[in-house]
Amino acid sequence: MSRLAAFGRFWWDFVIGDDWLVAVLVVAGIGATAALATTSVAAWWLLPLAVLGVLWLSLRRAIRSA
Amino acid sequence: MSTGNTFLVLSAFLASGVEFVEALTIVLAAGLARGWRSSLAGLGAATVVLAVIVAALGPALTVIPLQGLRLVVGGLLLVFGLQWLRKAILRASGYKALHDEDAIFARELADARGAAHLERGGVDWYGFTLAFKGVLLEGLEVVFIVLTFGSAQGSITLAAVGAVAALVLVAGVGVAVRAPLARVPENWMKFAVGVMLTTFGIFWSVEGAGADWPGSDASLLGVLGFVVLSSVLCVRLLQRERNSLVRPIEVEA
Repeated sequence: MSRLAAFGRFWWDFVIGDDWLVAVLVVAGIGATAALATTSVAAWWLLPLAVLGVLWLSLRRAIRSA
Repeated sequence: MSTGNTFLVLSAFLASGVEFVEALTIVLAAGLARGWRSSLAGLGAATVVLAVIVAALGPALTVIPLQGLRLVVGGLLLVFGLQWLRKAILRASGYKALHDEDAIFARELADARGAAHLERGGVDWYGFTLAFKGVLLEGLEVVFIVLTFGSAQGSITLAAVGAVAALVLVAGVGVAVRAPLARVPENWMKFAVGVMLTTFGIFWSVEGAGADWPGSDASLLGVLGFVVLSSVLCVRLLQRERNSLVRPIEVEA
């Protein structure tokens, strides 16, 4: 069980890293883009702006926790 | 070569180069402290494991429908790339110490020299394990990048060409100098890799989500410009904030 937990922890650290909120917000941003893409409005601009917001938020969190 | 394919080779080259420089530092420390036989055995064993992973996952990824693949790969790259970019911006703005390959080498060397000697089959176990783990962990990042970039762009071969070119360059220079490659501008390379991963992540996530880019592949340049400008803006803002926090303390001192 401890090996399984270590395996899971490795992949969590590898992909998700220090800030899990980034992963959650990226998934939300992609979901919002997919939803917008089903309408007649252009959807390509949404994710870049969302990423900028997520990056800034994550930087602030990293500085606060340092 | 199209814009997408040029970016693909360049990104795989840069990202793999950074990982190979880090792996070289560990292999050198293990070799100098514990003997080259153990270090090279660890390097060889890790390379075999990585080759098995590529052989198993590479063909499997090519049968997944491209839009679904781009959605998953784009999301993964975006999360992965933002990790790199965050660290690079924190380093560039002074909030995090710069990555120092010389210091890491000295630390690895001291740890390796201080560890107990345990020999199995003529191979020093510590040296083997150190080299094996180092190469496997750094190599997994290379495999991840080559397979995700390559499959989403439709050419694992081109991504592999970029990675192999980086391997040949780093290994060649490493064998020639037998010292950690401290002169490689690793912090800037990491910044560039973070930018590339985030750019590809945004591009493929949007396509995978069912939206169309104006100008198709050519819009990669626009996304790249946006990510570079955003990152530079973040660095500038954080530098200014940090300087305003540091100055009063300097005046008081």
